[in-house]
Amino acid sequence: MTSEHRPGQERFVAPLEETPLKAVDSVDTSSPPTSMWSDAWRSLRRNPLFLVSAALILFLILVVAFPSLFTDENPRRCLLSENSLGAPRAGHPFGFDQQGCDVFARVVYGARASVTVGILTTLFVVVIGGILGALAGFYGGLLDAILSRVTDVFFAIPLVLAAIVGLQMLKNIRGDSPGFVLSVLPVILALAAFGWPQVMRIMRGAVLTVKNMEYIDAATSIGATRRRNLVRHVVPNALAPVIVVATVSLGIFIVAESTLSYLGLGLPSRVMSWGNDIAQAQNVVGTAPRVLFYPASALALTVLSFILLGDAVRDALDPKARKR
Amino acid sequence: MWWYIGRRVLQMVPVILGATLLIYGMVFLQPGDPVRALFGDKPVSPSVVEQIRADYNLDKPFIVQWLLFLKGALTLDFGVNFSQEQISQVITDAMPVTFRLALMAFAFEAVLGIIFGTISGLRKGKFFDSAMLVVSLLLIAVPIFVLGFVAQFVFGIKLGWVPPTVGGDVSFQRLLLPAMVLGSVSFAYVLRLTRTSVAENLSADHVRTATAKGLKRGQVVTRHVLRNSLIPVVTFLGADFGALMAGALVTEGIFNVPGIGNELYQSIRGGDGASVVAIVTFMVLVYAVASLLVDLLYAALDPRIRYDK
Repeated sequence: MTSEHRPGQERFVAPLEETPLKAVDSVDTSSPPTSMWSDAWRSLRRNPLFLVSAALILFLILVVAFPSLFTDENPRRCLLSENSLGAPRAGHPFGFDQQGCDVFARVVYGARASVTVGILTTLFVVVIGGILGALAGFYGGLLDAILSRVTDVFFAIPLVLAAIVGLQMLKNIRGDSPGFVLSVLPVILALAAFGWPQVMRIMRGAVLTVKNMEYIDAATSIGATRRRNLVRHVVPNALAPVIVVATVSLGIFIVAESTLSYLGLGLPSRVMSWGNDIAQAQNVVGTAPRVLFYPASALALTVLSFILLGDAVRDALDPKARKR
Repeated sequence: MWWYIGRRVLQMVPVILGATLLIYGMVFLQPGDPVRALFGDKPVSPSVVEQIRADYNLDKPFIVQWLLFLKGALTLDFGVNFSQEQISQVITDAMPVTFRLALMAFAFEAVLGIIFGTISGLRKGKFFDSAMLVVSLLLIAVPIFVLGFVAQFVFGIKLGWVPPTVGGDVSFQRLLLPAMVLGSVSFAYVLRLTRTSVAENLSADHVRTATAKGLKRGQVVTRHVLRNSLIPVVTFLGADFGALMAGALVTEGIFNVPGIGNELYQSIRGGDGASVVAIVTFMVLVYAVASLLVDLLYAALDPRIRYDK
């Protein structure tokens, strides 16, 4: 029952079970897919910017998962009297910070907190903003009015400002000597609580466009329920702009975490993170600038990778931009 | 026009009310007793605690506290902070400094961002464009406080061009470096937005027509390309004024500027809830007014946008 297959066609045709005529129109899924996503993937693979940023991010994930592969030093073994602000030497390529800790080891181990905050915050933001945006855009009416006003309220308070106030509130769940999870969680929650409105607005806008497309009418006409339309047809087709924004925001959240840690409200100082190390290095900018330089560069490079990845994905998903 | 403004102001009301409730809840619904915290480990008699609670309305139910706060806010009376100063007085003292700082940052990012962005867009792919792209990406990727330390050290201490900290004297020269640091991230965004927008509009039909009928290049760019390209930029700039207020929190700390950001930071660290709520409410208000102004600016840029209906 294979009909002739044209590029992108299977996205416009409902899956078998909602086709009363039993597969008359269904598309053979064993043929190579040419959906928006595979199209995008094909153009991504040829984009050097994507390849470089993706390679950097994969490397970063490796560092986060297995820091001990990259350094034998213990970042917590700090010899204040011998090594304070020591110059780089064999085995210690980045030298030592004020406390006499190995800067290279701290940069390697500090990746974990920063990247965890970035990834988990983005995940929360996409889930909250995506669901609310899809509901508001798809069902419209009173639900949309309420959700949109709530979003306006959260949007009206600048992110870092709101996160500071939120963290002040959450600091009590931490206890006195929190472990890694309890240290990171408040920062993630505070940033996510005020980071989602942007995603909500973008998702809502995308859903508003998609829900008026012909293929949604087509799905409705062959008996798809509203909920099925939303889940199977509208949301997958509205996700593209959200993914672009999410990639870029991941970098922004990492910067926000470091800012909060610098203000002394983010991660507790005993958690190793780039933000904490940069804040510590503030005192020695004049005497040993490299103590500031290395964690700051690691952070900047990470953020840069995510911004470039987001740019590349946007170019790939937006055919208008691709032509030029 | 006036009809539109009136409607927009009415729409702002629930948003601002919601925002104050949200902030108020976050500050005052937290576990722990701020009055106890005020005294630390020192012994204090229960009657004193009761008195302070009554003074700050802490003995009333949450919603009543919030309504009392709103009632005060309407008459610009935010009560007193923990050091018995009138909060409205603190805001009036610190606000002009931050306002000046934010305005300078705003002028810096808007003017330079649009100029450089336009040049980049006109010369897409050339050397200037690539250089600007790299600079803007770096500015976005490096946290603002790192930029602050480095600028302070290089220009303030090493080269000695500007004083490293501002202190009590908030003259134009002293605020220049903090303002540039504060505006740097937004400068990068404005540059990127303008560049994309200009490059896109260059290939628009009306621009080709303008060139074809013999307009000079400069006229085509300023009248036809730029005017059309500025709409997304203005949208960004409007939303950004509020972000600048919040960014001042970090910048003012680094350069020791006696502004509202510094005041807010001290209040947060000191657990002075009344001050925090008042200052953040004030910032939200500034943000709301800025975005209203932007909506009105649209009409000046794009005659297709009309407010009458």
